[in-house]
This record gives sequence, C-alpha cells and structure tokens, in this order.
Amino acid sequence: MRYSGFRVIKEALMGHSGWKPIWRTPDPQAHYDYIIIGGGGHGLATAYYLAKEFKQKRIAVLEKGWIGGGNVGRNTTIIRSNYLLDGNEPFYEFSLKLWEGLEQDFNYNAMVSQRGILNLIHTDAQRDAFIRRGNAMILNGSDAEMLTTAQIKKRYPFLNTHDARFPIKGGLAQRRGGTVRHDAVAWGYARGADSRGVDIIQNCEVTGFRIENGKCLGVETSLGFIGATKVGCAVAGSSGRLMSKANMRLPIESHVLQAFVSEGLKPIMPGVVTFGAGHFYCSQSDKGGLVFGGDIDGYNSYAQRGNLPVVEDVCEGGMAIFPALGRARILRMWGGIMDMSMDGSPIIDKTHIDGLYFNGGWCYGGFKATPASGFCFAHLLTNDAPHPKAAAYRFNRFEKGLMIDEKGMGNQPNLH
Amino acid sequence: MIINHPLLGPRDSAEFIYLGDANLIDRPNWQAPTAAKDFYEYAYLRDNPAGWHDELWFHEAGDRSWLVVTRNTLTHEISNVALARDVARLRGRSK
Repeated sequence: MRYSGFRVIKEALMGHSGWKPIWRTPDPQAHYDYIIIGGGGHGLATAYYLAKEFKQKRIAVLEKGWIGGGNVGRNTTIIRSNYLLDGNEPFYEFSLKLWEGLEQDFNYNAMVSQRGILNLIHTDAQRDAFIRRGNAMILNGSDAEMLTTAQIKKRYPFLNTHDARFPIKGGLAQRRGGTVRHDAVAWGYARGADSRGVDIIQNCEVTGFRIENGKCLGVETSLGFIGATKVGCAVAGSSGRLMSKANMRLPIESHVLQAFVSEGLKPIMPGVVTFGAGHFYCSQSDKGGLVFGGDIDGYNSYAQRGNLPVVEDVCEGGMAIFPALGRARILRMWGGIMDMSMDGSPIIDKTHIDGLYFNGGWCYGGFKATPASGFCFAHLLTNDAPHPKAAAYRFNRFEKGLMIDEKGMGNQPNLH
Repeated sequence: MIINHPLLGPRDSAEFIYLGDANLIDRPNWQAPTAAKDFYEYAYLRDNPAGWHDELWFHEAGDRSWLVVTRNTLTHEISNVALARDVARLRGRSK
C-alpha cells in the first residue's frame, strides 16, 4: 500500500477501515542468503538497502525483542554531518544526503526536519578549531557557517550569552542538520524492507553462531537454528555480548548515555543547540518537549539506566546556558547503551570468520548514521568490499595506527 | 553508586575517575617476540562482559589510590573493592 495525501482523504471517508499492518509476522525459513541480527535502525536499513539498492533476495532480520525497541527508540533524534576528519565527514555527509531524500525513497513520513544545528564557541582556540572544522565540512560538499554572537542572540534570544565562565563568542552552524522522528525511521525501513520480501522476525534472540572450519553457517536462535550464507551483526550497544558468542573480543566498551525530555512547551528552541564546553545539548520535539542530554556516565554498563551525578551535571550545563530551562519540569529520562569504540569512530567490516560481518562501535552518534550505515553495510554484504564512503571503518585500523579520533583522546572510550 | 573504599569506607563514585578493565594491570612484556600483537590486544581489545566486571577506579578527589572494583554491569551492584596495589602483588607484580 502506497501512502499519499489522496489515500489519507480516502481512508478518512471510509472510516479508516482500509489501513493494514505495515509488516508481516513470518515464521523463519530454514535458510536465508542474508541474516541481519538486530532489528534496530541500522539492521532494518541494511535489509532495506540490500533488497532495494543491491537487488538481493532471501533476507531476514532477527530481533530479540520488538523492532525499534533499542537505541533507535532511545536517542535524541539529531541528524548532522559536522565532522572534521577525512574518514568520517564524507560518510556522514552521505548519510545526511540520504536523510534528505529518505521520506520520498521509502514513502513514509519520518518527519525529517532540517531546523539546523549550532555548536557554541567560547574561546579563541575553539573558534579556530570550529573554523577548521567548518572548512573541512565545506571541502567535503557539506554546508557550514560561522555565526556571530549577535546572530546567535537574534535566533536564540533565550541563551545566556554572558555566562562568566563560558560567554558565547559565536558558533558553528549547519543549517541542513536537524531532527527526525526516530521511531518512524525504524518503521519506515521495516515497511520498505517487508514489502520487498524481507522477513522481519521479532522475539527471536540469537543465542550463538554455528561456525565450522572458520566459516559461519548460520545462527542458533530461540526459535531454533537458521542457516545463512552471510550473517551481518548490527546490534550496537550489545556488540560485545553478541560477538563474544563467536569468541571475538572487540575494540569496544559498552557505556550508558542518559537523555531527558521536559513536559510539552510552546515553541522556544528553533533547532539544535550544543554547548560542548558545558556537556549539554538541546532541541525541542514537535510535541513541544525539550529533548536534552550530555555526557555518558563513564563506566562500563549494560543497564539502560544511569546514575544521578550525570543528571546533575547535565542540568547544571543546561541552566548555565539556557536559564529558562529551570522553569520546565523533566517528564522522562532514560539510558541507552552505547558501543564506545577505542577511537570514537564506528566499524563496518568483515570479521576473520568467513560469512560473518560486523557493524557497530557507533558511540553516541549512531542515529544520524542510520541511512549510510545501512547502505554501506548492505554494500559490504553484497560485494565483500567496503563502500568507498566507509572504507576507513575497518577492524585493523587500531593495529595499523589508522585511528579516526575526532577528539584526539586515544584509546580511552569513556572520553570520546 | 557507592564504592566501599578499603581504607576510607563508603565513598560516592563521583569522587573517582574510571579507567576500565582491571586487566590493564597486566602490561605485556615489551621484549617478547609477540610484543606488537600483545600490546595491540592490551591497548585496544576488551572483554566488555554483561555481568561481573573487574575494573580500575582512581580516587582522584580522595586519597589518590587505585582500586579494583568488582561491579555488575547489568545492575551496577558492587560486590568487592580492593586496592589495585594488593591485586597487582597477588598477580606477582612489584614484589
């Protein structure tokens, strides 16, 4: 069923009796050409692009809970491509371009809203670094713009530009950045994949891999063994847990990141504002809630909930830059589990096991990468060679000294 | 989280800096023929378990001692805290 304005009007006149479930609930087959483990944004996008762009058949997505119930449902919905390094910026710009055409591509309203993102600067050194970053973005075909304090004051009059410690001296803006309705991304990809014959199998937990003579023959699941020619893992957050079943140790630690949403307010925040120096960022959802967050808690965790010191730290940062925030009440807060990699950048690569492929290590930046991650992973699965935009995201970069370390923090995952 | 410091008693975890897996105590031998591979694995690969995890915490806002904390990464429950010095000696280091 194609969605359109005409269809909405027709259904309104018919008492909305014609809408159908947007994906099937199939039983698993004995063997697939491709099994994608993880029915989150990245896994569903991979299946979608495998079927649509790379014309592959016999694909299944295995999800241990319900699709979209992991990190694609637990993030702060921001899209952007404001990276510095050559290994990253072309990939994230590719992703932003896919976001721009996504709704037409999969015929689903994901509420992609390019309301802009602003990174605040407070010092001369930060200004130099952000000018350099903006130039790197422009060189890679993206958009970037330096704003003065007066321009920021005009667009964001509620910001405290005269904080004693962090006065706002300008900002780096990317107008094409913005927010997306995160659940709709999972649902849109699921619908698009399902309509092209992909089996989406929910409540099917992978409990192990069947590996013989260095080749992956399929996966053991809570619904029995399912054979596959190629198995792709896209379970960021739980990568360590899953890949340990194939006896793999990863350059990844799992950490918890908290996020918060206030009660619904009238429009105040036009876009996304990040206050990196104070470990705080904020946007406003279409329902009116201020969506904000800060740093990861900083210790290994799979608990999907954080602790109070970080709550205090985030709220302090928010109050310093956005004092009106203090009048809003926090409605909900939650924690998501991040694959924190050793250089802060992701991995999309083959493993040393034939037929087993890995996608993970997204740190706290996986949501914006969803379309390009799916596209490049589907390319890797089909062609056994990395997509040119993701060619740097290899396992061996740590051994070879080819780290993609945006923050220059070294192998200390809780600092990325 | 409250970390029960062996010398100072219960302390707020916010006083500490987290480093990571306690296996970082076992620095490889730089003269071994496999040193390059050993150091790659030491520096970059992690077990990252879901469950009990031995990890290094530094009491920065306290007595500046290094601790090995045994903590459950699924519940944040802490079952054991020891001075990293004692753990390293038990493993045969710094006799």
